[in-house]
Amino acid sequence: MLTGAGIYQALPLWVLLSSLLAALLVFLAGEDRNRLRITVNLAAAVLKLLLVGVMGYGVLQGHTFLVTMPILPGLDLVLHADALTMLFTTLSALLWLVTTIYAIAYLERRPNRARFFGFFSLCVASTMGIATAGNLFTFFIFYELLTLATWPLVVHNGWPKAMAVGRMYLRYTLGGGVVLLLGIVWLAALGQSGDFVAGGTLEHLAPEHRTALIAIFLLLIGGLGVKAALVPLHGWLPSAMVAPAPVSALLHAVAVVKAGAFGVVRVVYDVFGTSLVADLQMNTVLALLASFTIIYGSVRAIAQTDLKRRLAYSTVSQVSYITLGVALGSPLATIGGLVHLVHQGLMKITLFFCAGNYAENSGIHSIDELNGIGRRMPWTTAMFTIGAFGMMGAPPLAGFVSKWYLGMGALQAGAPWVLLVLLGSTVLNAIYFLPLLHRAWFRESGEKAIATAGEPGPGLLVPTLLTGISALGVGILAGFPLSPLSWVTFIVGQEYAP
Amino acid sequence: MSDALLPLSVFVPLLAGVCVFLSGGGARSPVALSGVLLSLAISLLLVMAVGSQGTLDHALAGWEPPLGIRLHADGLAALMILLTAVVGALVSLHAVGQFAGKSEIANRFWTLWLLLWGSLNALFLSADLFNVYVTLELVTLAAIPLVLLAGSRQSVSASLNYLLLALFGSLLYLGGVALIYGMTGTLDLQLIGERLPAGGWPVGVATALIVAGLLVKAAIVPFHFWLPPAHGGAPAPVSALLSALVVKAAVYLLLRLWAGPLQLPLSAPWVAQLLGALGAAAIILGSIQAMRQPRLKLVVAYSTVAQLGYILLFFPLAVASAWQGAVYHGLAHGVAKAALFLAAGNMLYHLGHDRVAELRGMGRPLALSLGAFAIASVSIMGLPPSGGFIAKWLLLQSALEQGLWWIVATVLVGGLLAAGYVFRVMRYAFMEAHAGPSVDRAPTPAQPLMVWSALTLAVLSIVLGFTARPLLTLLGEIPLGGG
Amino acid sequence: MMAGLDVYALAAAALIGLGFFGLIVQMHPLKRLLAVNVLGNGVFLALIVIARRLPGGPDPVPHAMVLTGIVIAVSATAFGLALVRRQARDEEGDDE
Repeated sequence: MLTGAGIYQALPLWVLLSSLLAALLVFLAGEDRNRLRITVNLAAAVLKLLLVGVMGYGVLQGHTFLVTMPILPGLDLVLHADALTMLFTTLSALLWLVTTIYAIAYLERRPNRARFFGFFSLCVASTMGIATAGNLFTFFIFYELLTLATWPLVVHNGWPKAMAVGRMYLRYTLGGGVVLLLGIVWLAALGQSGDFVAGGTLEHLAPEHRTALIAIFLLLIGGLGVKAALVPLHGWLPSAMVAPAPVSALLHAVAVVKAGAFGVVRVVYDVFGTSLVADLQMNTVLALLASFTIIYGSVRAIAQTDLKRRLAYSTVSQVSYITLGVALGSPLATIGGLVHLVHQGLMKITLFFCAGNYAENSGIHSIDELNGIGRRMPWTTAMFTIGAFGMMGAPPLAGFVSKWYLGMGALQAGAPWVLLVLLGSTVLNAIYFLPLLHRAWFRESGEKAIATAGEPGPGLLVPTLLTGISALGVGILAGFPLSPLSWVTFIVGQEYAP
Repeated sequence: MSDALLPLSVFVPLLAGVCVFLSGGGARSPVALSGVLLSLAISLLLVMAVGSQGTLDHALAGWEPPLGIRLHADGLAALMILLTAVVGALVSLHAVGQFAGKSEIANRFWTLWLLLWGSLNALFLSADLFNVYVTLELVTLAAIPLVLLAGSRQSVSASLNYLLLALFGSLLYLGGVALIYGMTGTLDLQLIGERLPAGGWPVGVATALIVAGLLVKAAIVPFHFWLPPAHGGAPAPVSALLSALVVKAAVYLLLRLWAGPLQLPLSAPWVAQLLGALGAAAIILGSIQAMRQPRLKLVVAYSTVAQLGYILLFFPLAVASAWQGAVYHGLAHGVAKAALFLAAGNMLYHLGHDRVAELRGMGRPLALSLGAFAIASVSIMGLPPSGGFIAKWLLLQSALEQGLWWIVATVLVGGLLAAGYVFRVMRYAFMEAHAGPSVDRAPTPAQPLMVWSALTLAVLSIVLGFTARPLLTLLGEIPLGGG
Repeated sequence: MMAGLDVYALAAAALIGLGFFGLIVQMHPLKRLLAVNVLGNGVFLALIVIARRLPGGPDPVPHAMVLTGIVIAVSATAFGLALVRRQARDEEGDDE
């Protein structure tokens, strides 16, 4: 088995192991071996990026990547890489590297760093597992592992408040896991392995097991909806803001909510298939749910006075764009939804890095403390502005590209009412972002701004700049090859052509 | 010749135990360890022999039944022997550290533990009802003095309660055996299956007596009250052995009797439903009790009460995947629970107490033990990837296939409740505490052997999530149709 | 099991009932231990009754079982008594 071709074919496994082993090493290195830990972290992040790059090139060339390990008769652990996998792994691998740099700077001189970075790596390993999973069973393994790996990060500070939030987080996510498991085992009881195959594998069951299929679909979406923060399952996300800033960034942009959204994509496209979902009339249910979440999240965001909480409700809203695109199911809507997986990730991580910079550098947590901070921290605030405008969907930024495709896709799918949702959301986004930018740039400097000496150190600033500029770039350069948009178009052209 | 391994796997540990008892002073420890190694080797050889040659039989001293005693090793017995050997060997390593410098207690521990090991193997290999009774008593009489090694007053009353109930349970069992012998004129498990009348009240009474006796011994709700004080109060290696192996032996017998002579009476719908309902009650009540316990070892002990319930869910399901799930749950729980008790024991050893609410900030001095606790908990919660998850998957799948929704609900809720008691402990461990955890005396760090044995068991409970195929192949087909 | 009631079967049943009753009602560990013994003797007697049912004289197998059972019962009782004494000593230590 250990031939060159075998090793190459097992790339998804190596990608997974690169973070898993990093986690193990970090745990074993212990609290005091700071330099070793940082080296391991960064080396693993770079290595993973390289491996993902090689794998992405391979997928583009049409190579297959597949690792299978039998667990029970009819039940295999399958890791594979298709174009959709690459979208998620590339995003995660890139953002993991920058978040690691940011976190190293952020947590300098704080206790329990070994624990933090260990679980941090474990969290990314789970994300990689989710991205490369080849069937529902494998997906579930890493989905639950992600829950277990993020809990220690959420409660990292150890304050009573963090502990209470951690409990809430577990109630939501473990509860969601149980619902998801029920759906998956039910499918297995019907003799279905839940393999991820473009177009789905369940169509033949529709005549006989219609009700069961609807129930299973709802169970799967219900279980995934917790992490994807679909209303009414979103309650944990705004509370999880007690976690340190890099964790929030990770939860919102890369790992947890994306795992949920990615799962929804897999279930709709690769387990059920869009035509079956439409046949069961579940696409309408899903689209309505997503639309409601988009509006609800934005409305709630307006009322928040805490910066991170406002961003959190914004995430609730924005992640549902992905679900919306998936639910609409037309090629253009699919492009819009999938590309938003990347776009939202880049924009939201920038916003959270900025929020972390404000908190770390100036002690700013609440929105009315932002007054005049733009003059003291121009770079951070500039990046924040890019992120905010992107979220609003101002052309030619990333958010605009997503919304444009979603809108076109809605028309293509014969659901023009979605345009109203998009328009309403844009207006609401402007309502909760513009006053914030106005305060930062144009208001008289407040107490906190006056007390601020300047930008934070390079460890915090450079990652912020990197992600901010990328968020700008993916929008402006959307038409170029290898941009997320062209990659997503490639995916859709390859697998979901109507 | 490999059938000679059957008596060897019984007599090697028994003789080693006697040798430890007889050998004097400094010679004891080496004797004990070589006894453990030999027993481990014989057990593994036996498991491999069953794996390659299938079922093995051996008539002791060449006397065939009905006069002689027959030993019988099939896949189920082999798996239990394997579990005993692996858990036993790692717990032995832990005991070396735990009892270092306490030679008096150590000597008693090694003697009793080796006797227990031999008795357990004898129980798993027994092929007749009366021999089962004898081995059950041997197991009990070796296990209870182990509880006493804690030396505390609570352990004396816990042992006394344990003893009285265990005796009561075995007498119920013996009463059932007497009735069955009266009806069939044989004690051989196989022959009984062929000769037992299909119905009638004597069969019912006999089954009820046997099952009730075993339920008492297995600490199934409502007979569970003796277990937590005994398991929670014993020294950590003893708790691990009792929870992982000794109560499992009684549940094993229920499966063994279903597989052999008593399949018909145990498959009667109301009997199967009742057993399943008791299992469900154990899962729910045990977990809720575990959440409320002030002491860590009691949390783990009540968790055993809950986890044993999963195996009883087999009876209403009674299909191949449930059979595999129940047996696999036995293995997964054995390994994970031993890890939990050893890890909890390390904390107690280090801090001098195991009060859950005072464990805050324990993460730093006890990182590895806490890690072992956390990893093993994954299996206890039935989350992937772990042996517990595989077992849960199999049980869930067979329950869904048969539309038994109350079992589906029990299994799923049981997992959530387990998360409740596990994360209650983890929450305290992760709480901010600059001063570290409270201590009752100067901290005595656990020795590396104690830490690593716990960690190895914990990792094994995860590894079991990937080894289901070979182990279930060893288990073989579900024995349907009795006899 | 079809034959009429005889005095041994009745005695066995009575002993079992008595032992069971004692185990439930009594609180003192010594009395509970005695109750278990009474119960055990009832079960042993039941085995003897079963041995008598064979037409060609007593069946030796239940006799062997009873003998083994008695050995186990004696050792378990001895162990139980030691525990009871230990507990009593502990309590005495309290009074002083």
